[in-house]
Amino acid sequence: MSASQVAQGRLVTPFYSRQRELDTLNRWHEWKGYTVADAFYCAELEYFAIRNATAVFDLTPMTKYRIRGVDATAYLDRLMTRDMYGLAVGRVAYAVWCNDAGQVLDDGTVFRLGEHDYRLCSQERHFDWLCASAAGFDVEVVHETAEIAALAVQGPTSFSTLERMGLGDVRSLKPFDLMSVDYAGTPIVVSRTGFTGDLGYEVWLPPILAEAFWDDLFTAGAPVGIRAIGGDALELARIEAGYLVAGVDFLPADEIVRPGRGRSPLELGLEWLVDFGKPHFNGRRALAEEWRTGPRRRFVRLDVDGNKPARDAYIYARPGGGKQVGFVTSAAWSPVCKRSIALGTVDARYGKPGDTLWVEIYYNQEMRWRRKMARASVVEGPFWDPPRRRTTPPVPY
Amino acid sequence: MTERFDVVIVGGGHNGLVAAAELAKAGKAVVVLEAKSQIGGACTTREFADGFNVSAAAHLVYQLQPHVEKRLSPKPRYAARALDTVVLGGDGQRVRYGSTSIAGVDDADRGAYARYAKRMRRFSRVLWRWLNRVPPRLLSGRGTDTRQLLRMALELRLLGKSEMREFLRLIGGNIYDHVDEQFSNELLKGGLCLDAVLGTHAGPRSPNTIVAALHRLGGAGGTYALPAGGMGSVAAGLMMTARAEGADIRTDSPVRSIRVDNGRVVGVETADGARIDSYVVLSSVDPKQTVRSLVGERHFETGFLRRIGHLRAAGNAAKLHLALDGLPDSEGPGHEELGQRLLIAPGPDAVERAFNPAKYGRCSEAPVMEILIPSIHDETAAPAGQHVLSAVAQYAPYELEGGWDDESKRQFFETCLDTLEVYLPGIRARILEGELLTPVDLANEFRMSGGHWHHGELALDQFLFTRPVPGAAQYRAPLDGLYFCGAGSHPGGGVSGAPGYNAARALLNREADR
Ligand SMILES: Cc1cc2nc3c(=O)[nH]c(=O)nc-3n(C[C@H](O)[C@H](O)[C@H](O)COP(=O)(O)OP(=O)(O)OC[C@H]3O[C@@H](n4cnc5c(N)ncnc54)[C@H](O)[C@@H]3O)c2cc1C
Repeated sequence: MSASQVAQGRLVTPFYSRQRELDTLNRWHEWKGYTVADAFYCAELEYFAIRNATAVFDLTPMTKYRIRGVDATAYLDRLMTRDMYGLAVGRVAYAVWCNDAGQVLDDGTVFRLGEHDYRLCSQERHFDWLCASAAGFDVEVVHETAEIAALAVQGPTSFSTLERMGLGDVRSLKPFDLMSVDYAGTPIVVSRTGFTGDLGYEVWLPPILAEAFWDDLFTAGAPVGIRAIGGDALELARIEAGYLVAGVDFLPADEIVRPGRGRSPLELGLEWLVDFGKPHFNGRRALAEEWRTGPRRRFVRLDVDGNKPARDAYIYARPGGGKQVGFVTSAAWSPVCKRSIALGTVDARYGKPGDTLWVEIYYNQEMRWRRKMARASVVEGPFWDPPRRRTTPPVPY
Repeated sequence: MTERFDVVIVGGGHNGLVAAAELAKAGKAVVVLEAKSQIGGACTTREFADGFNVSAAAHLVYQLQPHVEKRLSPKPRYAARALDTVVLGGDGQRVRYGSTSIAGVDDADRGAYARYAKRMRRFSRVLWRWLNRVPPRLLSGRGTDTRQLLRMALELRLLGKSEMREFLRLIGGNIYDHVDEQFSNELLKGGLCLDAVLGTHAGPRSPNTIVAALHRLGGAGGTYALPAGGMGSVAAGLMMTARAEGADIRTDSPVRSIRVDNGRVVGVETADGARIDSYVVLSSVDPKQTVRSLVGERHFETGFLRRIGHLRAAGNAAKLHLALDGLPDSEGPGHEELGQRLLIAPGPDAVERAFNPAKYGRCSEAPVMEILIPSIHDETAAPAGQHVLSAVAQYAPYELEGGWDDESKRQFFETCLDTLEVYLPGIRARILEGELLTPVDLANEFRMSGGHWHHGELALDQFLFTRPVPGAAQYRAPLDGLYFCGAGSHPGGGVSGAPGYNAARALLNREADR
């Protein structure tokens, strides 16, 4: 293996040098080819930065596509299950897209940067699918993951941090708004979006500005408790927010081998993202049929009794066990809710909001495995949804 | 005022006409819109030199399905029936075979041929039972589909255990090994190999060539007939039949687009801007063009478009037409023999070698050919005493390296003439005029993607349940109101009428289900 191959084996983000300086644990993992941190000093403390101060997460490896052209809106409207004509310039939309069989390929966010100019951010890579979908449309799809450095700036004091930096009119940004602001003479994009379910922003900028921006951001945020966070803290926050992750809570349809292992948006609790009023979109025929006959599965958010995280647990309808009706895909002890919470999939017959289910939790107690059937009630909506997530302008600190 | 019909059929090729007749008979208000001024598509006759008429693409009838032919009124007239196949050797040798007879081979080959022909006929009959029905959907979970699949299995089982096994052994296989196992005569093997690869992008050693041979036998046993007045008279008969049933058939009416509104087909727009409303459109235009040019990709789902994009439809067959001032010299085949179906296929390896360059976008240096001199049987073909030669010449790839231009075309034309001269000595001196239609010419003249004989390669991955592509194999495209009814759909090309007939049945059955 030549040196260059090793060097290219794993990429680093434009913020790597700064993260390296802050790092005390040397715990890194791979995310879509990039080296990113699990945590820098303590995942729990980093998590509290999200809920109590300002947390900075490097989301450069997030897959980013630029979609431009006079047919860009029509293209996205055919690609996505939701209506895309309603997305105004300067707005962001959460969306899912499906294959012909109505099975979810991924979810992501669509940023309308201009009349005919969009950015699509997603967990997985989809260049081939996006290009194949472009046939017949006057659009250009560009993979720009490496061209855009991105930071999530999240938490109750994140607004104050950005305002102290003097970043444009951040104050007027409503949730899912985006705007172009001037930074060091260059336009960069700030959006009021995030993956934490809290007040927060994401900043999108050219990699060349990354280090300077990081320094300015941390200077401005110092008085309000700014912290860099790794993937572990974010993972906890996103479960509290009830967000799905591709590859964890569902598998992208194009990676599935066995029949029936995919999920439709209706099975993921995302029917609000499916607009049957649209005459045509990828997956429409299959989803309309599924709508008629009823989905087979249901996505549930569970409030679990006790304090043991229900990781990978089977779900039962009755406390005595018997027929297994589903399984947990994500679980955690939520510090902010002070509850054990979980996301999972169950047979569609079970798990209506308010229903009681049972999860089978195994935990290790000094070399002895213990099993516990814990009551789990199905809750509607996110576990954590503070008003500050929506308040505009946000409260300054 | 916009007109309204129950069904609009795009393309007046023979399949469009067959579908029109069936649907009109069932009481539908049907209009057929044909771009050209002549009906018939690739089943047509035209004058290519003063006083010389030729079947411009297809030139022989062998697949026309009995249930389609039976409905024809008037019945087609044939100038000659049950033509034998004569494989020409360069050294004056010949092998002559018909569906049951054979001459010019030793006793062992004669016996083997009888067994071979019988088995192939039997297998073709089973296959064509499947081909004459709308294919079932796989894994649909519906009773009708399951019953159909069971019926197919039963038909196969009725061959008997060992023959069923043989069928399954052969179905994906290659013709080269199959004939090599049974015969020793090179010309015979060459001829049978060419029979299997005519119109495909395959050499005898390619897989799927046995199924192509069975397909070609048309279920009836592969007797070749020459319609009086050329293939155009078959199309004319179909048109008259459809008109008599009440179908409205219009030529010079190219369709610019199939209109879609609110996610379903609502009609068509013709090139002159006129709109015709209809909630059902049958397209006999090949699937690629139908989807991409006539409807537009944006109305389909991405996965389906990918499959349409992957549909292999690049033709390899060129058509050669010669006006002759007389028959070639008497040192070659005699008059009676010249009236048969002549093949230049000097051996299985020669056919394979002819194919080799086509894999890399080049023309055969020693092309293989299927040759007819229809004027021997049909005096309408040429002025008295003069003759017409019509030949399918392979391989001339649609995607020629460097593209087709006058020079590359002239070169292949000359190559063909040189080849002909070897097997039909003296022919060059007889030529008054000639034309070569490359696959690109065929694509342009007949508006078929890739100039492909079958509107899409005939191979097991594009066959039965998966023809043209999975998700559209029951004639219904994944767009409400759109049906395929041409050679690109099940069961493929050739003048059989089966796609048109089945597509009409698929539509009528669906309406009956509702
Ligand atoms: C060189 C060659 C030799 C062949 N030899 C034989 C043979 O000997 N025997 C045999 O049985 N088969 C033969 N075939 C195959 C046979 O000709 C075809 O498979 C068959 O004719 C296809 O019929 P079709 O009706 O499905 O399509 P087509 O005949 O292609 O008809 C489609 C029709 O649609 C029309 N059309 C296209 N676009 C539009 C539009 N936008 N608006 C309106 N109309 C439109 C076209 O003009 C055409 O008339 C041969 C094919 C080739 C290429």
